[in-house]
Amino acid sequence: MTHLTDLTAKTAIDAITSGDLDAAELFDAYRSAAAAEDLNAYTWVADQTPDLGAAAAAPLRGVPLAVKDLFCTAGVPSQAGSRILEGYRPPHTATVVERLAAAGTSLLGKTNQDEFAMGSSNENSAYGPVKNPWDRSRVPGGSSGGSAAAVAAGLAPWALGTDTGGSIRQPAALCGIVGLKPTYGTVSRYGMIAFASSLDQAGPFARDVTDVALLYSHMHGRDPRDATSVGHPEATVLPTAERMDGLRLGVPEDLTGEGVEPGVMAAFEAALQTARDLGASVERVALPHADYGLSAYYVIAPAEASSNLARFDGVRYGRRSGADDLVSMYTKTRHDYFGDEVKRRILIGTYALSSGFYDAYYAGAQKVRTLIARDFTAAFAGVDLIVTPTSPGVAFPLGAKTDDPLAMYLNDYFTVPISLAGLPAISLPCGLSEGLPVGLQLAGPAFSENRILDAAYAWERALAFDSTPSRIGAAR
Amino acid sequence: MSVEYETVIGLEIHVQLKTNTKMFCSCALTFGEPPNTRTCPVCLGLPGALPVANAEAIHLGLMIGMALGCELAPRSKFDRKQYFYPDLPKGYQISQFDEPLCAGGGIGGVRIHRVHLEEDAAKLVHAGTSGRIHGSAASVVDFNRGGTPLAEIVTEPDISSAEQAGEFLRLLRTTLRVLGVSDVNMEEGSLRCDANISIRPVGQAELGVKTELKNMNSFRYIEKGIRAEVARQEALLRAGEPVTQETLHFDPRTEQLTSMRSKEEAHDYRYFPEPDLTPVLITPDMLERAHAALPELPAARQERFERDLSLHPDTAKLLAWRTELGDWFEAALAASPAGYDAAAAGPLANWTTNELITRLGTDVDPATSNVAPAALAQLVALVAAKTVTANAGKQVLDVLVAEGGDPAAIIEAQGLGAVGGEDTLAPVVQAALEANPAIAERLRGGDMKPMGVIIGHVMRETKGRADGGEVTKLVRAELGL
Ligand SMILES: [Zn+2]
Repeated sequence: MTHLTDLTAKTAIDAITSGDLDAAELFDAYRSAAAAEDLNAYTWVADQTPDLGAAAAAPLRGVPLAVKDLFCTAGVPSQAGSRILEGYRPPHTATVVERLAAAGTSLLGKTNQDEFAMGSSNENSAYGPVKNPWDRSRVPGGSSGGSAAAVAAGLAPWALGTDTGGSIRQPAALCGIVGLKPTYGTVSRYGMIAFASSLDQAGPFARDVTDVALLYSHMHGRDPRDATSVGHPEATVLPTAERMDGLRLGVPEDLTGEGVEPGVMAAFEAALQTARDLGASVERVALPHADYGLSAYYVIAPAEASSNLARFDGVRYGRRSGADDLVSMYTKTRHDYFGDEVKRRILIGTYALSSGFYDAYYAGAQKVRTLIARDFTAAFAGVDLIVTPTSPGVAFPLGAKTDDPLAMYLNDYFTVPISLAGLPAISLPCGLSEGLPVGLQLAGPAFSENRILDAAYAWERALAFDSTPSRIGAAR
Repeated sequence: MSVEYETVIGLEIHVQLKTNTKMFCSCALTFGEPPNTRTCPVCLGLPGALPVANAEAIHLGLMIGMALGCELAPRSKFDRKQYFYPDLPKGYQISQFDEPLCAGGGIGGVRIHRVHLEEDAAKLVHAGTSGRIHGSAASVVDFNRGGTPLAEIVTEPDISSAEQAGEFLRLLRTTLRVLGVSDVNMEEGSLRCDANISIRPVGQAELGVKTELKNMNSFRYIEKGIRAEVARQEALLRAGEPVTQETLHFDPRTEQLTSMRSKEEAHDYRYFPEPDLTPVLITPDMLERAHAALPELPAARQERFERDLSLHPDTAKLLAWRTELGDWFEAALAASPAGYDAAAAGPLANWTTNELITRLGTDVDPATSNVAPAALAQLVALVAAKTVTANAGKQVLDVLVAEGGDPAAIIEAQGLGAVGGEDTLAPVVQAALEANPAIAERLRGGDMKPMGVIIGHVMRETKGRADGGEVTKLVRAELGL
């Protein structure tokens, strides 16, 4: 039998448009599934089906949307996976959530995440880890783990995530779905609880490329409330390409090989062969500085985070620990309600910005960032898109890397350089390894989302990866 | 053998800019509204809120830079200055660190180091008697002021006395007021001043250890505070004790200096470029707009008064640095019977700066008085034409100050017109000589010193309406000299 929650968003929208499906019925199906879920993917689920009259008349027809917890949603808990914001219901709504609501999505729930988006396994959430629907003993990836798991498990047709160094692409890969990290600046950051301002970017998760394109088409746009937002110079077109003729794909010399699990490498190589079969050429490209990406990232992102998280001081909102004087109140509040990984990054970032260390760390990392961006510019003179495995491995067991931050950070090895360069990239499933999904990352020059989506669409059709929620697990 | 010390002072002046909205959000500026009614997610530092720079504040910043003769940056960026305090909702202040909007320049003989833009902090109110966060039972925050645009003007250490600091600040305040960029009201906090003070033995090139005197809220207190701090430092050095680098608070009530923070407690502000804002590129259009908005500034006005109206430098400065006085004077000059003319300007300026100000009080704007600019201009013209003597003119001015009116009518009504001509004045002179025979004798003998006695007598008799020169002439004629 066909489950309503197996429908892609586009299929559901078409059915609602033609009168074959009722928007409220669809919302109810998802709401029931989300309310009953056992993955810990949600931190809040709508307690009733809203009046969908206006939404159902808008282009996205009231189709439910799961939203990563760190997007502020007025009157609804927005806790960014942190104890320090426990129970916080902001008065304002993130621009991108407003835009999508205006386009006709309806808020289904808020999804679990690593605290303040710091993590690659979703184990850093103050509200407990999220389980991977493919194997409940494994992580879904992070930091947008709740969104990825919810979409993969049929608990949402699509979802919003954010990507700072891989936080959309890596969980999409580990959960066998599609996730797009757009060009920095195309989607407003207003109302997104910040991790690292110069890297954070909101993006869509869905079960296929078409849905990702459709959701993204309603997300971007210049926002006067975000000085760094530029919008997208062209409309996002739903992809139709069936072939990849003439497309030049580049595989970085320095980004493959060592550290990549054999099963991931095998799926990746097979996907490259599929691309050649579709008419693409595959060649090696040099990204000489990409290897320094992680080091630069783990200076820049914590530095910005140490500053962005200063506002959580117990004075105005969120949790506060009582104390006899101001400084004790600050230290006790932040000690009691920030998690370990957040504290670790605040300390690293504070150190990197300290007088006497700034030039060696922060300024140095920014120079590396510039060099990496130049590498990509040079590479894209010779190829149209760059492809890598999204993550060096498949979903790993819960707890496997929690005691080893450096091993955890290596999850972002392929995704971080692209973030540092501000470029768009998609992750789509390209096969299985040990019965778990493998993700393929496709990156392009700034604002090349349409090109990326077209290639990903053709690839998706040829690879025929089945991400139907009710069949997850059956594929193993 | 006693060492002489010299004082070295640099000032940091914070000016609240008169924009419609705050520096980084669209909240209106506050004018004493109920607490926390002019706030939004941005100026409250709520999660996910982002700043957007106020273009008008940048425009006003450029005007200040131009007025102070600064070099204007083609590209300027914002930085985060980080520290924890309840009046700083984000845990950092958005300011400018290494690429300020304006650098260099100078005014009134004091060089400007830089001018940059930043946001004001919120206002803390402490319950209880201490008035400080330490020791108060509770503290509450009013975020209305938080995010108000500020220009911080930093001078070079070119000031060598409290008086010079006061004079510089007065010129700066007038300049900013004329620019229309700020209310520049110290009591209300739209102009605030910190002073960096050190002293050193005269002739020593190396600067002494400096202290910072914070948040003084009137010119008088600034001068008092600086004097107190210079005296304190000098006493320390003379006693063989070192000056320690610290931040001080001057209490104008007790005139005591108290330490707020020592160097050991100094912050590491961990400045870094504000990633939520893009750098500001100063376009030729922005410069053109700022330039077009510049009015005549006090320094230029003083120069013009000296050059075109041949005013004495002190008079020109007094009129130019007190904008309202200068405006009133120029209105009077334009209304004078001879028109806006250099010949009339000198006497009119003197009457304005001496007679009028003395009668009104130093800080009174003449525009608020009973004296119309045209009335004084007319009076000065009547004195010049000797229709009325200077002395009688002052009596007329007394009436103008008291009740206003028309000088000619007052002269007529009170019979203050000059007594002149042989027919009327000669008999009075004759009577004066007769009443003072001994004096008349000395004058006849060629000793002119007691002439004043006769003139005084005539003046008394004519109630000041006689012209001294004419009296002297008549005395000489009478005595056959
Ligand atoms: Zn505001």
